[in-house]
Amino acid sequence: MMITIDASGLHYRKLNEQIRKALATGATEILIKNANGQRYIGTGISGNQRIVIEGTPGSDLAAFMDGLEIEVMGNAQDGVGNTMNAGRVIVHGNAGDVTGYGMRGGELFIRGDVGYRVGIHMKAYKEKQPVIVIGGRAGAFLGEYMAGGVILLLGLDLEPGREIVGNFCGTGMHGGTIFIRGEVEPYKLGKEVRVVEPTSEDEQFIADYVARFASYFGDDLSRIVAKPFKKLIPFNKRPYGNLYTPY
Amino acid sequence: MGNFCEYLPSGCAISGIINKKGKRFNGERILESIAVMHERSNGLGGGFAAYGIYPEFKDHYALHVFYDSEKARTDTEQLLQERFHVDESGPVPTRPVRAITRPPLIWRYFVQVKPQQKEKQIFSVEADDYLVATVMEINEKIPGAFVVSSGKNMGVFKGVGYPEDIGEFYRIDEYQGYIWTAHGRFPTNTPGWWGGAHPFTLLDWSVVHNGEISSYGANKRFLEMFGYCCTLQTDTEVITYVFDFLVRKQGLPLELAVKVVAAPLWSEIELLDPEQKELLTTLRAVYGNLLLNGPFSIILATGREILALNDRIKLRPLTAAEKGDELYVASEEAAIRKICPHPDRVWMPDGGEPVIGRLQECIEKETTESAELA
Repeated sequence: MMITIDASGLHYRKLNEQIRKALATGATEILIKNANGQRYIGTGISGNQRIVIEGTPGSDLAAFMDGLEIEVMGNAQDGVGNTMNAGRVIVHGNAGDVTGYGMRGGELFIRGDVGYRVGIHMKAYKEKQPVIVIGGRAGAFLGEYMAGGVILLLGLDLEPGREIVGNFCGTGMHGGTIFIRGEVEPYKLGKEVRVVEPTSEDEQFIADYVARFASYFGDDLSRIVAKPFKKLIPFNKRPYGNLYTPY
Repeated sequence: MGNFCEYLPSGCAISGIINKKGKRFNGERILESIAVMHERSNGLGGGFAAYGIYPEFKDHYALHVFYDSEKARTDTEQLLQERFHVDESGPVPTRPVRAITRPPLIWRYFVQVKPQQKEKQIFSVEADDYLVATVMEINEKIPGAFVVSSGKNMGVFKGVGYPEDIGEFYRIDEYQGYIWTAHGRFPTNTPGWWGGAHPFTLLDWSVVHNGEISSYGANKRFLEMFGYCCTLQTDTEVITYVFDFLVRKQGLPLELAVKVVAAPLWSEIELLDPEQKELLTTLRAVYGNLLLNGPFSIILATGREILALNDRIKLRPLTAAEKGDELYVASEEAAIRKICPHPDRVWMPDGGEPVIGRLQECIEKETTESAELA
């Protein structure tokens, strides 16, 4: 059952009440039209239904989300997938700062650019392995304090003068992996990360995710994988373990 | 909803629009834009700056002043009468709004510096300096009087309340301006009072700000050496004075002033070519005390342009968009989409990367002047 909600002029609490009600009464897909700035869409909801959003959803989209699939036809704001547990968010435009903040499971696919501190404090445990795929460029502090999971940065269609990633990439990182398509200058990296070549297992992982990325957004897969990736991993699992106590 | 309603999602909201052709439009659009971000403020401060609203007095300083008492008003007016030609004065028009309670007395004056006053000064002092000194004196020495704005052909409308209620209260839909900025406040470290609402102004400068200026003490002490008095109990006040000092007094281009307040990190300066490196090193050395440290996104406006800027490591949100002759900047993209659903371009500037929208006539004038110099 598909339900359409017109979000024009709706306060975020009203909109989220309507979404929860629709899901509770058997909707399998919800189309939200004219979203503009309503926060917390999909936040804290468990289930395997689908939400499609037209317009600009507000911040903390899919925060603490546990299983839904959300597809945003335009741009998203800050904090997409904040502490998300499971599910998938597909954004056709850009996403803002702190995308995937503290994310602990599920997947984010962003076609365009993302802001600062994407994947900050992202973590993984056993079968919970969060993944963020970014089609465009990422701002500074990508993967800051990252503890687990994977960030895949593609850098497609960069505007002239724009670089694939900002400074301080992986600062404080102590777990997880960042794959960057192309080269990354050493000065852009945080002190806690080093660059290595991807293994064949990594190549397979990248190929799988890029294939899904290409299918979601209608991109040419072969064009994307034609350029080799670099792998960023932390030097140390506990970079600050001896910060205050020498032993 | 229960406990959920008690949670206040905080953050402060800013929004700004400039029509680069100088075409004026009324305050309804900025009001609609800032209202989208209602959740970012908590009702303890809202305000607007508008440029181009007093064309009939465009050569006068327009003073908007808050008074706590009639005595504050008579004392201030006596001082103004002594120093200026006050060509028109009266209360700022307001309409009753249920949510706006206990406003101060809100007056405005259109003034010009008396010619003989200029001569009385021991040193030759520019009219702008004379006005600045008067504003500082009123704010510091007359209890219960605070100058809200003091520029030409501009004015600030602010107070305690949500911005949409403040806009309604001040009837901003009845003014026509080519630049509008707005603020919704969520006060954290300092009180929510009428004078503490944003924008903060001096002459034509106005600033709306989301964040906090951790370097306030250092900035304030430096500015005090040059006659600025920080009396408004809020960190944002220093930002206004920093730009006045750097651009009007020191003659720095706005683009370089940006490199002082949001200086690139030393590690970034290291990577620049020698000439740039020397310039930025010198700026940091000379004006180190004017570095604005801490998280901020601000919109600065003058009669000529708007500037939107983040702190250098971007700890606050900022989005920009363009459509035709208009530039929009706001804390959230939704606030722009509300009044411009299909911009030509939308982007999030990097930390320390300024977004500047300048009146075309100012750009043309500069081009002509530099051509004449050459």
